Amino acid sequence: MNEGFQWSEHGSNLIEATGQTLYMVSATLLIGGVLGLALGMGLYTTRRGGLLQQRWVFGFLNLLVNIFRPIPFLILLFAVAPLTVGIVGTRLGSTAMIVPMSVAATFGVSRIVEQNLVAIDPGVIEAARATGATRWRIITTLLVPEALGPLILGYTFICIAVVDMSALAGTLDGGGLGAFALDYGYKRWNFGVVWVTVIVIIVLVQLAQALGNRLSRKVMHRN
Amino acid sequence: MSHIIEFRDVTKVFSGRAGTVTAVDHVDLSVEEGEIFAVIGYSGAGKSTLVRLINGLERVTSGALIVDGEDVVRMSESQLERKRRDIGMIFQQFNLFRSRTVAGNVAFPLKVAGWPRDKRDARVAELLDFVGLLDRAHSYPEQLSGGQKQRVGIARALAAGPKILLADESTSALDPETTQDVLRLLKKVNRELGVTVVVITHELEIVRALADRVAILESGRVVESGTVFETFSKPASEVGRRFVSTVLHDQPRGDDLARIRQAHPGRIVTATIHDGSRLGAVLAGAGAHGVTFEIVYGGIGTLQARSFGSLTLELTGPAPAVDRVVADLRGVTEIEEVA
Repeated sequence: MNEGFQWSEHGSNLIEATGQTLYMVSATLLIGGVLGLALGMGLYTTRRGGLLQQRWVFGFLNLLVNIFRPIPFLILLFAVAPLTVGIVGTRLGSTAMIVPMSVAATFGVSRIVEQNLVAIDPGVIEAARATGATRWRIITTLLVPEALGPLILGYTFICIAVVDMSALAGTLDGGGLGAFALDYGYKRWNFGVVWVTVIVIIVLVQLAQALGNRLSRKVMHRN
Repeated sequence: MSHIIEFRDVTKVFSGRAGTVTAVDHVDLSVEEGEIFAVIGYSGAGKSTLVRLINGLERVTSGALIVDGEDVVRMSESQLERKRRDIGMIFQQFNLFRSRTVAGNVAFPLKVAGWPRDKRDARVAELLDFVGLLDRAHSYPEQLSGGQKQRVGIARALAAGPKILLADESTSALDPETTQDVLRLLKKVNRELGVTVVVITHELEIVRALADRVAILESGRVVESGTVFETFSKPASEVGRRFVSTVLHDQPRGDDLARIRQAHPGRIVTATIHDGSRLGAVLAGAGAHGVTFEIVYGGIGTLQARSFGSLTLELTGPAPAVDRVVADLRGVTEIEEVA
């Protein structure tokens, strides 16, 4: 049973599992990234002193995020299953896993976005207002570019959390590297497979972090 | 000349958790079209708030504030957005958009004002040429020095051709030499483009170098205003005198006074100096009365191309003769006894 990682036996499964992981992670980053950006901008603009200061709206959004964020991902996975079935038609498989992962990512990303927007120098917003720019123009054309460097780093941070989520999702019939390590490694007591999976995940994470660092440096124009 | 900005009994109250703060307190003030008007005050005097009322970044609590014929107090936020296109503003910390190039910063107000792209590019080049930064058009703010950043700030503020430029402590973050460059540029903006400039500062040097008229603000109130020469050659308020003492040793105070008193037992008076005060002639005649004099303190400078300042003199001799000389001095200028 414990014969280690054999390319002939495990290779095609590893490649397929890596593909599924990349699929889940990139779809989640796209959906959760966009929704989280919108929610984060909502939090930032409606907070006290914000461009669209709205106490009740902020209170509602803040509460919503605070309710969802502390739910452990494993429980969220079950909890949103009816929603998953409603959207995807099934609660199994990589595509279905994108729903709970996107929900979790949305709330995580929203806080990252809020934090990085809060860090924008208020003087810059004031300067934009002084030119006569509408609040809508400032929100749509200035906020994200001004915070882009740190936002990219924040997204990179979330990306790694999403890889983590995907592994957990995989163990619940989601496929991907988590399922691969569980089925071919742990269940058969084959730690060669487990370690190869870990290495693949480390490489993916390293690549994501390197890309994030590079992009954020590029957009910050510091020389 | 007509009033381009007129504060009529303007008050601004901030209310927060810690209670209310009156930042601007019943201010009446007018700025003439085409002049450089300075508001000077110590930090916390309310001058930053005062200037932000003009373009509606802060809203007036009570009173009327007429800016180029319209009362901004009655305007809605969207009306104010339209109004702000005619009012440029520059800041102490420059507040440039870090994500945009120099050209992109200058183009921003033009996009806001809806200029077509080709006209925009030509206008950006024209402005960068005006502030001497045409070669840095494609640089990012973080690649510029402080003085260059402020010049970009000025170009951005002038982009849409405003009638008014508000300068909030625009040189406070700059070294003395760069400050002079920026002041020269602001003067050029005023003289060549006819833009009315409102300068907020805590330094009398800036007022002296730049302004035509000045208001002194303390605790949200205007304590003095007038031409720069009138206001600072004869400051009527304590704050005004303190500002003057930052650039001129006009009257000995505190430790200086104690030291002078100790070293000079004679009668000590301070004489105001201005063009045409014939102090020398009187002092030259003092010897004939048996009075000798010593200059113990003072300074003379220029304000708006006129001399101003004061000299503190020790007069020694028989009391009646000294009285006589002091009386003669009073005949040519203002004399103040130094206690």
